[in-house]
Amino acid sequence: MDGFETPTAGSRPSEEAADAAPRTALSRRRFMVYSLAASTLTIAAPLGCDTSTAQGATPSAAPAASDVLVTGTDEEMLVLEVTAANKVVVRLPRLEVGQGITTAVAMMIAEELDARIADVDIPLADARTRGNQYTGGSNSVSSLYGPARALAATARARLVTAAARRWRVPAWSLRTRDTMVIGPGGRTATFGSLSASAATIRRTSVSSKPKPAAKHKVIGRPTTRIDARAIVTGEAKYAGDVTVAGVKPTVVARPPTIRGKVVSVDDRAARALPGVRAVVRIPGGVAVVADSFHHAFEARDALKIKWAPGPLAGLSDAAVRSRLKAAVPRLGTPPSGSTQVQGEFEFAFVSHAPMEVLTAVADVRAHKAEFWFSTQTPMEARDAVASAVGLPASAVRVHVLRGGGSFGRRLNYDAAIEAALISKAAGRPVKLMWSRNDDIRHGRMRPASHHRIRASHKDGRVVAFTHSMASVSESSEGKGVVNQAAFRGRLSAGPAPSDSGLYNFGRISGDWGGIELAIPLGAWRSVDSGTMRTAEEIVVDEVAASLGQDAVEFRRTTLRNKAVKAVLDKVAAAGQWGRSLPAGHAQGVAVHEEYGSCVACLAEIDATDPKNPRVTKVVMAADVGRAVNPRGLEAQLMGTAIDGISTVLQAGLHLDRGAVREGSFADFHWARQRHAPLHFEAHVMPAKGDPGGAGELGVPAASGAVANAYARATGTKPRRFPLNF
Amino acid sequence: MPSHSFTLNGKPVTVEAPADMPLLWVLRDLLHVTGPKYGCGVGVCRACTSHLDGEEIQPCVVKVEDCQDRKVTTIEGLADGDTLHPVQQAWMDCDVSQCGFCQPGQIMAAAALLKRTSHPTDADIDRIENVCRCGTYARIREAINKAASEITP
Ligand code: FES
Ligand code: FES
Repeated sequence: MDGFETPTAGSRPSEEAADAAPRTALSRRRFMVYSLAASTLTIAAPLGCDTSTAQGATPSAAPAASDVLVTGTDEEMLVLEVTAANKVVVRLPRLEVGQGITTAVAMMIAEELDARIADVDIPLADARTRGNQYTGGSNSVSSLYGPARALAATARARLVTAAARRWRVPAWSLRTRDTMVIGPGGRTATFGSLSASAATIRRTSVSSKPKPAAKHKVIGRPTTRIDARAIVTGEAKYAGDVTVAGVKPTVVARPPTIRGKVVSVDDRAARALPGVRAVVRIPGGVAVVADSFHHAFEARDALKIKWAPGPLAGLSDAAVRSRLKAAVPRLGTPPSGSTQVQGEFEFAFVSHAPMEVLTAVADVRAHKAEFWFSTQTPMEARDAVASAVGLPASAVRVHVLRGGGSFGRRLNYDAAIEAALISKAAGRPVKLMWSRNDDIRHGRMRPASHHRIRASHKDGRVVAFTHSMASVSESSEGKGVVNQAAFRGRLSAGPAPSDSGLYNFGRISGDWGGIELAIPLGAWRSVDSGTMRTAEEIVVDEVAASLGQDAVEFRRTTLRNKAVKAVLDKVAAAGQWGRSLPAGHAQGVAVHEEYGSCVACLAEIDATDPKNPRVTKVVMAADVGRAVNPRGLEAQLMGTAIDGISTVLQAGLHLDRGAVREGSFADFHWARQRHAPLHFEAHVMPAKGDPGGAGELGVPAASGAVANAYARATGTKPRRFPLNF
Repeated sequence: MPSHSFTLNGKPVTVEAPADMPLLWVLRDLLHVTGPKYGCGVGVCRACTSHLDGEEIQPCVVKVEDCQDRKVTTIEGLADGDTLHPVQQAWMDCDVSQCGFCQPGQIMAAAALLKRTSHPTDADIDRIENVCRCGTYARIREAINKAASEITP
């Protein structure tokens, strides 16, 4: 298997340089803005890679973009419309799952338009046919930051120009505030009242460039979610709350083992129950369509199904763990004369378990179909449901709904495909809901992994750091064997373990291995970093101890990037690193850098009962370049702190003879209020440059800090996660 | 099919439903009151939390027949018209919600707690079992304390 090696520190580009490059490029980008033919002001800016054509061009050389009139599709664009009712509407080609992207975009729009945030609406766009509609990789804010502001700044210039013409005054004499243009003598016109005339304007009399960051009044200001009221009043609608004429609640009877198959089904008793509309066999089991979910569950339980065991029947955790261990590539020889600090780390499978179980409404007709569900990948989902029911993708509409959490789960659209098949077979619209049992036993999960890490030190310095790992990957056929080729492919494509130039650790090396199992897996918030970097941060603590150094001081002297040192210093100061604590209590720290951002976490734990520890305090600090909404960023960090507490201390899945043992939050021990820190604080570092990613950033730092605090409090070396399992 | 009458968010309702039908599905599927959410159906996650005669219940494990002539309050009935309940207001002030799916249940649990105990201790708040997969617990605690001081200064 191919390994990789990087030479010693001197010849690597510094993290700071690597980091700065994309941000500068982003700042320099010019975003083309187009007019769409409409009776109200409607303009569009391309998203994603379309901007690359303008990249690097000097501003003066860029075309006068707002002169371009487009009458065609808005498919690849971010479109802004100012309605006559004085609403600013931007259909967002991204998914809201709680991460706050709709609020962040509303803030960008409000900033550049000088609109009240309450006048900005950010509905989610239906699945498109082209362009980038992918939500993931913590890239939403950074990919929208340029186009959204360019769009709003252009709209503002048009509205001001329209007002100047209407009032016959110079445009420069006008101001904008609260979704209005304000003229001499205090006269006002709402954007809505100017929209129709602004729609005809091509050349603006004032600048259509976004404001310099120093002038920002909305971006960077802690702002409450735009949907906060809808949520607290119960009005916010999720897929299960959708009403479509004739739609019927639907559940699926699923096999006792993962990917078990129906051998035979006797549905007479089920069909005889009241309120049952259809019983349909699908690849995953047997679906029941009924008048209510109560009727559907009752009928599901009345089905007499003979199941064939799934491809993993007979396989349990112990075997998975030993196979993973055997699949970890060897570490090679350490530098001669060095002292070794090493450890092997194991992470169990973890459910995504979004609070809203997978739910999809499907209405499949002979020649067309319509869907309502929450998806991070609407375009792929549409193609998949279309092919499942034998329709061209052009005949399928997918309405994207807000999700009740995702954590990566809604990258896959398993429920939508099932709903499509059931609706087609039953000949009616269905609302398919996975039960919590379905979600945990058959849902997707973060792959289990095994890590072997070795730090070699000599003369008080780390001279080599190596990390080899193996994780489970999903095979479709269920061969359940190691597929070397697949992992070699992954090695060249993805990030490699310990490619963390985070520390000056001399020679960095690593390697991947893995086993394939027919088990439903999925990217889980922070993906491989959640395990890899957590394990590495534990080793960093152990190296510091081996060198007789303080964990914070050791990191300070070995971290490469000033920004990472700064967040570490922030949590050390704010969290009073080193303060004296009673026996059984301790602090732990960890840092992480990814998505053009960095983060540090300090956790305090009470582990006087090691089987029942409580993280009492968490202090985090993040540098995301520029936090559009610091309050939203704080919420994301808060969430990742709970991810760290849950996955490190108590929440995981057992595989028992081909089945997941856990079945609900009763035994999948996600943190409750009594496990959450009594004190949480997050520090957002001062803005500089453009926004980096933030949604997944905190997971490895929080997990590492919790593990390190537990280690210090108990005098143990944490190796298998979750620790109490 | 038996018919059941109770007060829902201040209004009398009558529904035809099997006696053992869980209140959650009566609310969601028959009465189209969708604030109470399904998260497990077995009384564990508490996403469905609502009130029966002012006390906390999990409608997924309460039969509709047990609500006869009683007062059911869901998140939709907590506010007084356009005036939010102090707990809802505190939830907004502290910007508690992330995905929001657990929050109707969290708010109903908090409102019930504040009825029992005007100034809950940390230990009281720790006893709230409602799962928040997004991990908003710190803001929930802050909002409960804020609402407590607003209701009973
Ligand atoms: S749905 Fe009622 S407690 Fe989970
Ligand atoms: S806000 Fe998402 S589960 Fe609580």
